[in-house]
Amino acid sequence: MTTATRRARRLAPAIALIGVGALALSACSGGSGGSGSGSGAGDGEFSYLGQTENTTIITTLETLAGHQCKAAADAAPLTSDDISGTQWDQQLQLLASQDGLSDMQMAAGTPALMSEFIDGGKVLDLSTALDDLGVSDRLVPAAESTVKALYGDGALYALPTEFNIEGFWYNKELLADNGVEVPETWDDLVDAASTLKDAGVQPFATAGKDGWPVTRLVGDYIFRTLGADALQKVADGDAKLTDPEYVAAADAVAELGTAGYFGDAVGSIDYNASMNLFLTGKAAFYYMGSWALANFNDEEQNQIGVDNVGFARFPAVEGGKGSIDEVPANVGIPVMFAEKNYDDESAAWLKCIAEGYGDTALNDSGVVSGFVVDNPPTDLPSTTQAVQEEIANAPSSVLWFEALFTPKATGISQNNGAGLANGSLSGEEFMKLVQAANDEG
Amino acid sequence: MHKVLGDKRAILVLLGPALLVYSLVMLVPIVWSLFYTVQDGNPITGFTFNGFANFAKFFQDPAAWNAIFFTLKYALILTALQVIVGYLLSLMYVFWLRKGSGIIRTIVFFPVVLPTVAVALLFQRLFEAAPTVGPVNSFLGILGGQNLDWFGTPDASFWVIIAMDLWRSMGFYAVLLYAGLVDIPDELIESARIDGASGWKLIRTIVLPLSLPVLLSSIIFSINGTLKVFDTVVALTNGGPGNATTPLTLYMFRTSFAYGDYGYGSTIALMLTILCLLFTVFIFRSTRRDLTKD
Repeated sequence: MTTATRRARRLAPAIALIGVGALALSACSGGSGGSGSGSGAGDGEFSYLGQTENTTIITTLETLAGHQCKAAADAAPLTSDDISGTQWDQQLQLLASQDGLSDMQMAAGTPALMSEFIDGGKVLDLSTALDDLGVSDRLVPAAESTVKALYGDGALYALPTEFNIEGFWYNKELLADNGVEVPETWDDLVDAASTLKDAGVQPFATAGKDGWPVTRLVGDYIFRTLGADALQKVADGDAKLTDPEYVAAADAVAELGTAGYFGDAVGSIDYNASMNLFLTGKAAFYYMGSWALANFNDEEQNQIGVDNVGFARFPAVEGGKGSIDEVPANVGIPVMFAEKNYDDESAAWLKCIAEGYGDTALNDSGVVSGFVVDNPPTDLPSTTQAVQEEIANAPSSVLWFEALFTPKATGISQNNGAGLANGSLSGEEFMKLVQAANDEG
Repeated sequence: MHKVLGDKRAILVLLGPALLVYSLVMLVPIVWSLFYTVQDGNPITGFTFNGFANFAKFFQDPAAWNAIFFTLKYALILTALQVIVGYLLSLMYVFWLRKGSGIIRTIVFFPVVLPTVAVALLFQRLFEAAPTVGPVNSFLGILGGQNLDWFGTPDASFWVIIAMDLWRSMGFYAVLLYAGLVDIPDELIESARIDGASGWKLIRTIVLPLSLPVLLSSIIFSINGTLKVFDTVVALTNGGPGNATTPLTLYMFRTSFAYGDYGYGSTIALMLTILCLLFTVFIFRSTRRDLTKD
């Protein structure tokens, strides 16, 4: 008996030590889930996680924190963190699976992934939340329907912090100097590129490293030749990307690549480098969304002059079913709220964001958002004005190439965009890769 | 001391915490991952049992085979180069530079201590083709060559990765093998010299057989490190262009965390483990045979 007690006494420190060790470890593992910017409900702060490349949202939030959102910011100050856009979906999945999402963050770039978040109950249903706060009328209907269309089930899960149209921005001076008209058809565009290249001007600035600026061209070409529902058919399984009429689109883009119209080593050019190429007058055309207006309007970055930037719709393809009037539109990467973190503090922020975002983004950054604008600035730069008119006048819109693809197909498509742009991958090879990833489901 | 180590409770106290930490951070995730290989899904959507579908998928997945092929090509070429260049360097330290090799050893070893990402950035700049032209392309330009897009062509990017990893690791293998060479008794080499062996003959008949054990451990080190390559590839090419330089590790990482398929990702991880195991067993067996021969 005495030996047993003694043994137990001697064992006690060992057990205690192991217990402390286990506690320390579990504390570590619990902490790692919420590391970075993650935070919970009622923690006295309002955390935002964004992509490093997007400075508009955080700038706007900071401005709002000093004005419309002052009360909310006093109760729960804004804290922010950012991650590179190239890693975005990956990081977001990890954070979501560890319950480490911030109060508010940019949504997943792949709509299919957002649907997973929605099914998993990670994302706040904003339709109800905005209704409860009495601010559901603060969204522009067109933008609201675009966000809803992206994620299926008819409710609103993200706020349109941008409302963009995409197309070819061009350097007016470079085109005029080389006698190039603004292209209306794809053949015009190819001819223009050829003329410019012969004159020693790089026709296109393209971020091949990011991939999507290249694959957008493939998607747009498909919409122009096969009509606005062409990619829906692929998503529904009624058509395949490997069908010859779809391959033709990738081939058309690959031909631009083979001809060298995207410039040297396009696979090494990232988003910022491509923006820089265009804004320093080294390239004539730049396919990009209207979110880039913030850069165009920044005199430090824009060396070619704000009024020197023109906008052309993605050209028609002769004999195609689609029309040049179907403008590729999107809500950029909208922002979502984490369901788990939604509390009164977040609600106060949501309310004042809905009320003030439209005015602040347009006045301060020149970004057209999907929020209602009450006090439009009187002295908008001409390019921004042109975009606003374009949005108002566009009869209909189309999504982008990967909008309805699986996360894997989206990743494969964007990873191989550079191959198309430098001519090392044929249209058929590219489409085969993407279709195979889509088939996995 | 013997009394303390003979006491089971003392052993428990001494080993317990370490064993606990080891089990928690190593064994639990390994078992967990094995469990995922027969599941489909991810933590957001939940998991469903799908039998051996992941394994069937693996053997029919061309991207997986490309990744295996790249991994093997990379591991074999880099291991050969690392060990050969390391061995040549160590021979140079011992027989040519002798006592004065200290400074050269330090310089060659230096890249080993640099962080991978820093070295990768350095090599990205060295081989850059756009927006600015890097030193390598400038040099080729002077020789009349074209501006080569190193990271846009699969073969070229493969060799840049090899060059970078060789530069980064040859100093380590040189020092490892140098330690083995220094252990060879001087009088043995001296007597071989007196017997008329010199140069290549001396190395082939005396130095090489005597440094075989350390040479084999270098090969095991190297093959296991290179089969599991991840950081250098991610930092330098991120698996591109396309998926031309995607090793199994990166494919596994992307499948799990970018494509949200934890089950299939775990299957790829298991396959990689088996691959590493096969190589290690193969090399261990040949080691044993060589040692008994001696």
